[in-house]
Amino acid sequence: MALKTEPFVLNIGPLHPSTHGVFRLLATLDGEVVIDIEPIIGYLHRGIEKLAEEREYQKDIPLCDRLDYVAAMSHSMAYVMAVEKLLGISVPERAEYIRVIMVELQRIASHLLAVGSIANEIGTFFTPFMYMFRERERILDLFDMVCGQRLLYNYMRFGGVSHDLPEEFIPALAKFINQMPGYIDEYDQLLAENEILLVRTKGIGVLPPELAINCSVSGPTLRASGVARDIRRCDPYSIYDRFEFDIPTRTAGDCYDRYRQRIEEMRQSLRIIRQAVEQLPQGKVNSQVPIRVRPPQGDVFVHVEAPRGELGFYLVSDGSEKPYRFHIRAPSLINLTPLREMIIGWKLADAIVIFGSIDIIMGEIDR
Amino acid sequence: MQALSFDEIAGLISAKYAPEMVAPSQGSLVVGGEHLLEVASYLRGTPELDFDYLISVTAVDYRGHFEIVYHLTSLQHSHSLVLKVRCPQDKPVMPSVVSLWRGADLQEREVFDLMGVSFAGHPNLKRLFLWDGFKGYPLRKDYSSGT
Repeated sequence: MALKTEPFVLNIGPLHPSTHGVFRLLATLDGEVVIDIEPIIGYLHRGIEKLAEEREYQKDIPLCDRLDYVAAMSHSMAYVMAVEKLLGISVPERAEYIRVIMVELQRIASHLLAVGSIANEIGTFFTPFMYMFRERERILDLFDMVCGQRLLYNYMRFGGVSHDLPEEFIPALAKFINQMPGYIDEYDQLLAENEILLVRTKGIGVLPPELAINCSVSGPTLRASGVARDIRRCDPYSIYDRFEFDIPTRTAGDCYDRYRQRIEEMRQSLRIIRQAVEQLPQGKVNSQVPIRVRPPQGDVFVHVEAPRGELGFYLVSDGSEKPYRFHIRAPSLINLTPLREMIIGWKLADAIVIFGSIDIIMGEIDR
Repeated sequence: MQALSFDEIAGLISAKYAPEMVAPSQGSLVVGGEHLLEVASYLRGTPELDFDYLISVTAVDYRGHFEIVYHLTSLQHSHSLVLKVRCPQDKPVMPSVVSLWRGADLQEREVFDLMGVSFAGHPNLKRLFLWDGFKGYPLRKDYSSGT
């Protein structure tokens, strides 16, 4: 006799360790299997777009740090690039190199957090996570050296960066980029063929490339599904066209590939940083833009490859000191579009891994 | 695979549609709201254009009318295009493009939530960040955050 079952609704979050912030998921379950989900967001909505429109341009740089608070360098760089495009100003060579070094270090720090979290979700409670935090800490120390902050840097400025690198920075960075490949090998020894990880991630939560493209998914989540779209290559900005690096992709689009994708991207970021350090020119780090700017009327859209995907700023200037419109194209939000298809049909414990493998940050989802 | 310049794309569009339906202006295409779905399907479905990836949807309040801004790109040809659609403030309703690009789903809900523009044909149009009882649309220019 077949067992009679009834679906029931399980509320996960908004405050739950598996949700990476205040994300709430209403899951309808049949036994252990998820048959429907409803994501509920907005608990961290601070109205950053409105706040930014009510402030002068330069006061929005620290607000941008607070969007994706584990990749603040990437966000503030994208914003200052958008304002520089509105103003029509250029950035000194040395500042461009420093920016690239910072955002690629940021990508490694962010991917370390992502991979550590995926491992956590699988149930390897905090062991891999702490290995990765060991190296992430080194990167935060480097950021601390250049701007005195570990999380929210306020380092980018219109026309450059706030300070030149301190004397001790380059030796410390060189030591880090020499040691980091060995650490990545160590993560692979621990995880790449770990049986628990394979069982819990291979073939789970597949995102087909057609669905990913249709849902405007970007970043490592898109590339793990086999689509080689990376803004650094398809619409090069800053000085990315001067470096040799690959755009790795995967084929299966499952949780395992989303984890592997980030490991490969860390190696590529190290390649870029190595070249940037070798080519780093002397000179000014800021082109002395006045603190208060009044860009001419017009609109711009600038997009960059942030650690979580395609981050865009759409700014409209009416010629005043404040942006008339300030919109953020947030990769974390848009990458949630296919979440339903990815999760439905899997068990609840898999749903947590699938959700974690997309790697979202609530600060840029809710804004 | 061949990237087209903006002028070439605008040329293809002008050959097909009358200027009151869609017209190039300062590097973007200005489309009439009632023609948006038709023009968008053409942009997505024509092989030499093949705009298969919707980067961004957002809206600007120009005091009197809204402008809905779409950033499109083609992964195959790697050319991009900006569409701008004017939307009257007294009747803020636009056709939804979710049937063409699902990537518009959450972004149209965001515009609906914060700017108060409705999208006809959206499969699940409800507030995204704010709660159901929230009064007003914070990104409109007549709304002050009080800070």
